[in-house]
Amino acid sequence: MSTPVITPDLVAAKPEFGRRLQRFFASGTGIVLALLIIILAIIIISNPSAGAPDTLVNSLHKATPLLLLAIGQYFVIIVGEFDLSVGAIITTQAAIAATLLNKQDEGTYGVIALMLVLGLVVGVVNGAIVALLKVPSFITTLAMMLILIGATNLWTGGGIVKGALSDEFRKFGRPKFGIENVPFLGTISWAVLIFIVIAVLAALLIRSSFGRVLVATGDNTKAAGFAGARVTSVRIIAFMVSAVLATIAGIILAGNTSSTVDLSIGSGLEFEAITAVVLGGVLLGGGKGSLFAAMLGALTLYFIGPLFRELGISPELRPSVQGIILIVAVAYAARSGSLRRRKGPGKTQP
Amino acid sequence: MSGADTFGTKFRLSTTQVVALALVALIIVATILYAARGQNFFSTNNLADLLTRSSLLGFVAIGQTMVILGRSLDLSVGYVVALSSLVAATVMNGLEGRVGLGIAAALAVAAFIGLLNGLIITILRVNPFIATVGMGLILKGFIDITYAAQEGKVPQGFSRGFGYTRIGPLPISTLTMLIIGVIAMVVLTKTRFGAHLFAVGGSDDVARLSGIRTNRTLIWAHVMCSVAAGVAGLLIAARFGLGSAQVYNTGYDLDSVAAVVLGGTLLMGGRGSVGGTVAGVMILAVLESAFNVLDVNPFLKNVIRGAIIIVAVAIYAQRQIDPLSRRSRFTPDGRRRATDFPEAVGALSPGGAK
Repeated sequence: MSTPVITPDLVAAKPEFGRRLQRFFASGTGIVLALLIIILAIIIISNPSAGAPDTLVNSLHKATPLLLLAIGQYFVIIVGEFDLSVGAIITTQAAIAATLLNKQDEGTYGVIALMLVLGLVVGVVNGAIVALLKVPSFITTLAMMLILIGATNLWTGGGIVKGALSDEFRKFGRPKFGIENVPFLGTISWAVLIFIVIAVLAALLIRSSFGRVLVATGDNTKAAGFAGARVTSVRIIAFMVSAVLATIAGIILAGNTSSTVDLSIGSGLEFEAITAVVLGGVLLGGGKGSLFAAMLGALTLYFIGPLFRELGISPELRPSVQGIILIVAVAYAARSGSLRRRKGPGKTQP
Repeated sequence: MSGADTFGTKFRLSTTQVVALALVALIIVATILYAARGQNFFSTNNLADLLTRSSLLGFVAIGQTMVILGRSLDLSVGYVVALSSLVAATVMNGLEGRVGLGIAAALAVAAFIGLLNGLIITILRVNPFIATVGMGLILKGFIDITYAAQEGKVPQGFSRGFGYTRIGPLPISTLTMLIIGVIAMVVLTKTRFGAHLFAVGGSDDVARLSGIRTNRTLIWAHVMCSVAAGVAGLLIAARFGLGSAQVYNTGYDLDSVAAVVLGGTLLMGGRGSVGGTVAGVMILAVLESAFNVLDVNPFLKNVIRGAIIIVAVAIYAQRQIDPLSRRSRFTPDGRRRATDFPEAVGALSPGGAK
């Protein structure tokens, strides 16, 4: 009879702008975005040339390996696991490339294909041990790290690998190769293009039905299993994504570093990747957090380096500040309650 | 009811017993390997070397067991070991009269770090992995800025006394490790704190709803873990004669977690034992001796170690999934098992009622 009346209830369902903004900055994405903007602002104020578009693209280029690792780690963390083997995967893959190529351009793509296959195999083994043998992923990937590093050292003799990367191989990691003379932006490197493609693919994947099953499995494996989700295969696939992205990150990182490969190339990167993802407000233990925020976390972590250079702070202090930022950011997110899983249906934040 | 008892009462070993058996088996294998090379595994020198090596990791791993039992984790222990060795060596500064002060200062610093870890994890509700990795980074920066790579001097008396004295083949440091292990075992099994820690590790929510002060329990576990790492730092200082910052690169954090898990403690908390951890540490040490006598390439050692850790934990995991590891309360035909409730069976089964 009468036209629908907008009741006060319906109005309240959509909170006003200020309230939404407040809520956004209490969420993981908001915190890390604010942090990134502050860090960038300080860098650009103290050195305006750092804010030029082409310089920013160059920074993005240098951040690509960490960004790719963070995307891979996101898939593993959202399903409730860890991947501590990614640093070792990078070391192993770089050593393989340098040894097999030995500075010869021909066969570069064959070697890259071989590396991607090896990455897939490592991911499948990690995933199968975690999902089928029920070994905690912390232990599985830690042992995988020991095995890969040990085997690589055994094979190459340790230190700096004999042999070198080919120029063709290094094209993917160096900033000067790519789409040249783009207006304002300078050269958009292959690495940046690869990152953009992978970021889009990852975003599509996490929004697909696979992604929803992944998040559900991370939130509550048992419940997801009872609901008919393939909890075993999604976990194995998550580890495969992480290992393959680590391989690609390794190709870019090794190419950008130098034509020789030092076996310390990947050490500690697994913790950097996990730190980046958690800085983005993704819940360790699975089931909550956004892919976009994980990438913002990686960028934030990367820009701490330039921030220190601009402010003239000694590099020795960097770990301490990084540690404090990490703890404070995660504690802030936990305080606002956004990182806590909701206990029951329909229970809203206060 | 005939035949119903075949699996319920089947004799089963606890995980700690399995670890102990694996250790004994490994020692037998190592003895044979040594004998085949014309050497004696039980020679005083070999045993002393093996036990000293295991006592270092032992201190850290015993502490790590406490936090892992409470479903937490401490990845800052490597930095605590380094810092405590530096604090002890710089405070002692070569003076015999300041040994006590140095030990107290090192352990106090360690306890303070543990307290901070505990507070960050419980009050600020930061995930233990992140909290302790963050704390490790903070300590790394602090150590690099404050100290040189090697600093301070430990007086001869302390160095000899704690680092090199031994009773027969048993070094004082290992004896200290075993005493701390026994104390930890008693604390875990006989005290209220121990019971609370197991409860918190099993389920934090259930423990809190049962009236346990879960935060206080976890904070204490973290303080104990850091102090144990501090004792390892004292041993480093005693062995080297000075404080060493490089120790944090040795990987005590991940090694200690591996030793704890190898000892059969569940990474998810609530189940495990210090005895298992000590056996796990010994397994790693005996393995190292066996590698040495076989002249195994140092890099191959890591490969084998990694494989052994995965296999061991996979076996423990299977035991927990194994339906035989739980006592089933019902027989296959749906009746209650006699061994659990004899009086109930008597009342329910036809003809059994009086």
